[in-house]
Amino acid sequence: MRRRLLIAVPYVWLLALFLIPFAVVFKISLSDIALAIPPYTPTAKDGIWNMLTGLDFENFVFLSEDDLYWKAYLSSLQIAFISTLLTLCVGYPMAYAMARAPEQWRPTLLMLVILPFWTSFLIRVYAWVGILSGEGFLNQFLLWIGVISTPLTILNTNTAVYIGIVYTYLPFMILPIYSALDRLDGSLIEAAEDLGCSRIKAFWLVTIPLSKNGIIAGCFLVFIPALGEFVIPSLLGGSGTLMIGKVLFEEFFSNRDWPVASAVAVILLLILIIPIVLFQRNEQRQAEAEK
Amino acid sequence: MAETVFAPWDDPEQKPLIRFRNVTKRFGDFTAIDDLTLDIFEQEFFALLGPSGCGKTTMMRMLAGFENPTSGAIELAGQDIAGIPPNKRAVNMMFQSYALFPHLSIWDNIAFGLRRESSDKAAIASRVEEMLKLTRLEKFARRKPHQISGGQRQRVALARSLAKAPKLLLLDEPLGALDAKLREATQFELMDIQEKTGTTFVIVTHDQEEAMTVASRVAVMDEGRVMQVATPQRIYEAPNSSYVADFIGDVTLIEGTARARAQAPEAPNTAVPQSSAPRGPSPNALGVWLHDKVLAPVIGTRTDTQLQLPPPDKSDTTLSVLSRDIPEGGIDIAWSDSQPPLIALDADAALDGAQVTLALRPEKVSISKTRPDGAVNALKGTVIDIAYLGNLSTYHVELAGGVMIKAQTANTRRVSRREITWEDEVWVSWSGTAGVVLST
Repeated sequence: MRRRLLIAVPYVWLLALFLIPFAVVFKISLSDIALAIPPYTPTAKDGIWNMLTGLDFENFVFLSEDDLYWKAYLSSLQIAFISTLLTLCVGYPMAYAMARAPEQWRPTLLMLVILPFWTSFLIRVYAWVGILSGEGFLNQFLLWIGVISTPLTILNTNTAVYIGIVYTYLPFMILPIYSALDRLDGSLIEAAEDLGCSRIKAFWLVTIPLSKNGIIAGCFLVFIPALGEFVIPSLLGGSGTLMIGKVLFEEFFSNRDWPVASAVAVILLLILIIPIVLFQRNEQRQAEAEK
Repeated sequence: MAETVFAPWDDPEQKPLIRFRNVTKRFGDFTAIDDLTLDIFEQEFFALLGPSGCGKTTMMRMLAGFENPTSGAIELAGQDIAGIPPNKRAVNMMFQSYALFPHLSIWDNIAFGLRRESSDKAAIASRVEEMLKLTRLEKFARRKPHQISGGQRQRVALARSLAKAPKLLLLDEPLGALDAKLREATQFELMDIQEKTGTTFVIVTHDQEEAMTVASRVAVMDEGRVMQVATPQRIYEAPNSSYVADFIGDVTLIEGTARARAQAPEAPNTAVPQSSAPRGPSPNALGVWLHDKVLAPVIGTRTDTQLQLPPPDKSDTTLSVLSRDIPEGGIDIAWSDSQPPLIALDADAALDGAQVTLALRPEKVSISKTRPDGAVNALKGTVIDIAYLGNLSTYHVELAGGVMIKAQTANTRRVSRREITWEDEVWVSWSGTAGVVLST
């Protein structure tokens, strides 16, 4: 009895906090927009049978017909993909340097990576507005050292979105890679050199394959939240930045079209399931390999 | 070729494969290798033996190219190899952790080094197959390192390091991770492979038994210096210092002062003494008066003829100490005020007066209930401890002065019939040549 109760806890958790909300969102996505509170129809007030018969896939059909949504999804995927690659390029050398740093420095370096989490995410993104704007610190600094003569337009472009995503999600990239590199036995690199590899060759043939799991984990941890990101594109991006998170926000709050917004969210979730399943697979494989 | 003993180190014509010349290696203030000079010859199985931190691993890493000497030169086949990176040396290393690439199969692990220097797929494949056969790993070629046992991993590491047919193979504690039984089997396998391939092996180990088993020569190291380089037999039987004697095997060390023994000990003089001038008594006036008036009536008058002892008989010349028939030569070692000196017959008499240490191997010391006849050295003591090793027993015998002596006997009888037990009064004895006299 006690054992069952213990097992039940995570299932109840999952049911209450994931499956029920998802079912609600899914139901709304099948409803029609209405000028009411809540702003959709049918609801449970119409009776269970009427509610169920009143549901249809109209909104999903609408999403597939309007190319705005397709473009938003594709553009989100593109931005998430590029920023994941950028984060990897910035994060890998940092993780590598941390793992190669003297033993007594590593906790401090790890602390520094996690430190930004101690302030609000929103405030940190706002800080970037101050840095990247036309009269921002970056432009003033560049003007002062004489690299440029007119301020660069960075804010409200995709570049600013990339900078924002890379900055925000960097720790999620660094930590799994660091943990993979930290476990890497230094004698493997020596063995590779002993067997005729140059330093660079040994890095490609040994270090990279052995930190592969960390790289994959880091990439998913950045890619998954970046795909549905709303705050960064809406604060740093311009009107040209088309991301699904922003579209969802507009449908929900500006158009008050809850059913279409829900449909957008359901499709986003379906898109995300693929990388999430791949990520879980990777984690599982890694756990097996370590046995 | 006739049955010649493999001993290139005794042949001045032979050129060593590796030559350490006054090599010093410092890490900051710490001196890992201290002015070391050493020759290693082709096809040798050379063991570097010492406690952890004695510099043996540093030496190996210098040979592999991971460290460079602070001063001095290391030559490989006559060429100074300082500054040549590890990937350009004809030296391969088998790591203590094996350092197998976990993401590659056994086959790819072995092929790893070959692929770096050639792109001939067929040649690589045939060489890998050859290595798999040599180490009997054919069945495991497709597995990953974590799917095979520790002993198999050890063989993969060996195959991988041998695949490139290096001039010199370095083995860093190759058997450290194996259990005792497997280790023993693997030692013989290593020797076998070394013989088959003819590669020069340098093995680093802290296990003296392992070094003695596999190596053609052993270098005993301590604190960055080589204490002795010799064949296992010589290291064991004739250690040159008490450090080496103590490090290799079990030993009892007794310190004392050497005294040269007479070359012809107590040679009895059998010649008839020749008195040049007869020395009769020549009493003065008072003496004559005393003799005539007092003594003569009682004990008789004196004679003037001289009395002489008969010349000693040949059969009667043995002194009490010589009843044990001790040959001449060697030294006595005075080591205790209350005990007779110890006799070491093969020691150099030139040590006379020096402080020396007598190193006694337990298996060369016998133990008995009664004083053994004819033993050159015999001392009485009490059994304090018995270490039962199955085939052997080591007795720890405490002598009157508090010195402990270890004596070892083969357990040819059942333990229950053992005649010597704890607290027994026993005699430990050893021959005049059993001990090794060390002056340092």
